This record gives sequence, structure tokens and C-alpha cells, in this order.
Amino acid sequence: MRRFSKLSGFLALLLAFTATLLPAGPPAQKAVILATTTSTQDSGLLDELIPMFEAQTGYSVKTIAVGSGQAIAMGKRGEADVLLVHSPDAEKGLLVDGGGVNRRLVMHNDFILVGPANDPAGLAKLSTIQCLQRIAAAKALFMSRGDNSGTHAMELKLWKAAGVAPDGQPWYQQSGLGMGQTLAIAAEKKAYTLSDRGTYLALRKKLGLPILHEGDAALMNVYHVIEVNPARFPKVNAAGGRAFADFMVSKAVQNRIKDFGIATYGSPLFFPDAGLPEVEAGRR
Amino acid sequence: MDLIWEGLRKALELLLRLDPEVLRITWLSLKVSGIATLISVVLGLGLAVLMALNEFPGKRLVIALVNTGMGLPPVVVGLFVTVFLWRNGPLGFLGILYTPAAIILAQAVIATPIIAGLGLAALQHLPPGLRLQILSLGATRPQMVWLLLKEARLPLLAAVMAGFGGVISEVGASIMVGGNLKGSTRVLTTATVMETSRGNFDVAFALSFILLILAFGVNTLLTHLQQRGRRS
Repeated sequence: MRRFSKLSGFLALLLAFTATLLPAGPPAQKAVILATTTSTQDSGLLDELIPMFEAQTGYSVKTIAVGSGQAIAMGKRGEADVLLVHSPDAEKGLLVDGGGVNRRLVMHNDFILVGPANDPAGLAKLSTIQCLQRIAAAKALFMSRGDNSGTHAMELKLWKAAGVAPDGQPWYQQSGLGMGQTLAIAAEKKAYTLSDRGTYLALRKKLGLPILHEGDAALMNVYHVIEVNPARFPKVNAAGGRAFADFMVSKAVQNRIKDFGIATYGSPLFFPDAGLPEVEAGRR
Repeated sequence: MDLIWEGLRKALELLLRLDPEVLRITWLSLKVSGIATLISVVLGLGLAVLMALNEFPGKRLVIALVNTGMGLPPVVVGLFVTVFLWRNGPLGFLGILYTPAAIILAQAVIATPIIAGLGLAALQHLPPGLRLQILSLGATRPQMVWLLLKEARLPLLAAVMAGFGGVISEVGASIMVGGNLKGSTRVLTTATVMETSRGNFDVAFALSFILLILAFGVNTLLTHLQQRGRRS
């Protein structure tokens, strides 16, 4: 009999242990699933904004930081409540498809081309398109995200505009990882890569990869907030998703975005855009 | 190299300062993987006993399947569990995706075949006459199973350690089904991945060292249990 009391003691312990893990927090409808890109999390912006939102509204946010491609795919299946992404063409696909509604402009920063300090392809004073053509002509190593993220989508668009098909070329490699890790690999392999400015600034000190090209209108990086369509997916937390989207374009948050990063990096990482007329990347 | 020393220094600093975030992450790792291992011990050893003591058609196939399961890639498990737990998935009504419970579920799926496979090998390795001998001395069937488990204690505890080691160190499933949510599902491995991608290599190393210390502590405890009563 001793054995059984031991066994039941063990089971009781197991149950008690498990009970401590049951959702003790707010009920399900209080949770908002935010699918977003890695840059908003890796730059630390969300660490500052999410606690503000939670304190103001009582919602608890589950931030799933993945590439914009995956974030939009989650929206398409109704597995998120609200998206904060930067892949305009894919976003429009989501709206046409009916998975997302009420797409609103939040902020922008820009993409930059970084690479080894000796700049083997010689990118000085060229346009973005010429830079890529030069990299291809010099067969200089280029590290692509290759992960369907917003940055990857932008990179592919630029290659297309440059008339270069880099896929399968020995000088063109894909990391399949987030921006931070891709920058680290590019630094290690002395490769060129396309990065959003926010992640780059946050990592700059550790990389030793100077900015070799910036400022072209074609390199605009625009972030939108999109609510997942509750008419299509009844399980979506519509009120919570709407509340977060409203929060992101609110005056207070836009001011916070304007100042974010100045203290740490000497320049802002994002520029607030809410309420401005919708313009596409590259036309501003 | 200096990054590693820096990380070691940082790990000690975080631990000695009792950094609340690090403590919470460490405790969650231990709790989640501990519970997952306990569940896997119950299911895995149960399965091992059933397979060891019974003859049934297709037994070899089942054993081959369990042994294959020992090598289940965590990210594959993570993908399957995520899709099952999606709101619109078959287990969506549970509402546990992106909670610690989801990580426990995924880790139990990873550890159960490890413990079942190694446990079965341990039981099959016992002398074949032992079972009959125990029964002939008048033991009931549960008593017989208990004695067999006791007899195979050494390799069985090794199986438990392998199961625990498999889940405390995995990151693919935890990050997918947990989402690495701060204060809720961030465990040592997912935090290490995140700090690495943020370029905070010193913190990433510090978390790695804490993970190693944790694994060492738990295994020391289990080894003590395993080697109890043995003279080396």
C-alpha cells in the first residue's frame, strides 16, 4: 500500500504543479494577439509601447514577433487579432483577400545597404539600382534574409528593378534568419546586405559594417497596422485588435515613436506618420 | 573568447543580484520542463512496461515507431502542436496557445518517446527469468512491475535524464507554441535566441551558462537518486 500512497502523492504534486500554470491572467477575450515583424521587437520599440497599452486598456498583448510574411499569413488564417507589418504588397494582398481590414499608416524608417568597409563593389554615389547591379557585376558576396520578411520582399523588389536574378548565384546567399542574425553573418563573412535602419542602429557597434548606401526614395520602409477581419473570423478579438490599432496611431504613441531611440542611438529609429496621406514607399 | 568570459561574469552577476526577470525565466524553464518530464515519465514508462510485458501482433513495428520518435525534431513537434492549438484548429477550444501549458504539451510529446524507448530497452535487458521468479514467489502483478522497475532503476533514471535533457535544451517547439512572451512564456532557450538576434551576446552567453548550471543541478540530483546505495 505504501507504493500507492507514494504514487498518489506524486500525482497530487503533479496536479498542484500544473494548476499553477493554468491561465491565471486575464480571460481569453482580454488577450490580444499581435503578429508583427522582428524589427519592432528587436529594436526595443514594443518593449516600451506594449506596457503602456496594457496599463491604459487592461488588455494583455501576446506579441508574436516573426517576419512580416508569417505575420500576414497568421492574419490570413485569423490566428492573430492585429498586425503591425512592413510589407506593402503582401498587405494589399491580405486586404483584397478579405482577411484584414482598416489598414492604417503608423510610421516609417528606411532601408540601408551595408557592407564591408573596403567596399569591394564600389557603391559610392550610385543609385540603389546601380548599387545592386554593381554588386552583381563584381560578384561580391550578398547576404539575403531569404525568409519572406518585409525586408526580404523589399530586397527582391529591388533586384527585380535592377534586372538581376540573384537566385542560385554563388555570390548570393540566404540566411533564412531575422535581421539581427543576418547582419551578424554578413559582418562575419564580409558580405553586403539590406537592413532596416532601426535594427542596424541597435547593433551597429558590434558589427563593423558601415552604411554604404542610403537616402534613396526607393528605400522607404513603411509600417502599417491592420486589424484582422472579425466578419471573416468570428474568434478574433475584434475590440482588442481595434483598441491596439487605435493606440498605435494615437497622438501620445506617435510622440513616443518620434523620440524613441534618440537617447540610446543619437537618432530616432522610426518616424511617426499616422494621419498622413497614404503614400507608397518610394514616392515621398 | 572575451565574450565568453564576459558572459560568465554577467551570468554570475545576474544570479547574485537576483535579477527578477532572469529568475522568472529560469524558474519557468525548470517548471515547464520539469512538468513535461514528469508527464513523460508517467506516459513513457507506462508505455515501456506495456510493451515489455505483453506480446502482440505488430510489436516490432510499434517499437520501431517509438525508437524513431526518440529523434523527433522539436521544431516539427512545435509546428504540429501550433496548428492543433490554433483558434481554428482541432484543439483551439482549449485556448492554450502561447501559454506555458502549450510548451508543456509540446515538450511532453518530445520527451515521451525518449523515455519510452530507453525505458523499454532497460526493461528488456533484465534477465528473462526474473519476471517468472518474482511471480512464483507470490507477488501480484503490480508488485511484479514495481520490482522490475526497481531492478532497472539505473538505466531508467538515465532515460529520465535523457528526456529532461531533451526538453530543457530545446528551443524550436518552445518558441513556436510559446511565442517567447515576456513575463509569460519566455524560457532560457528562447530568451537566448532573442538576445542573440538583438546582438546582446553577453546576455545570451549569461543565459546559456544559467541553463547549463540548471541542467547540471537537476542531473546531479537525479544521479544522486540513481547511484543511491551503490559504492563506486
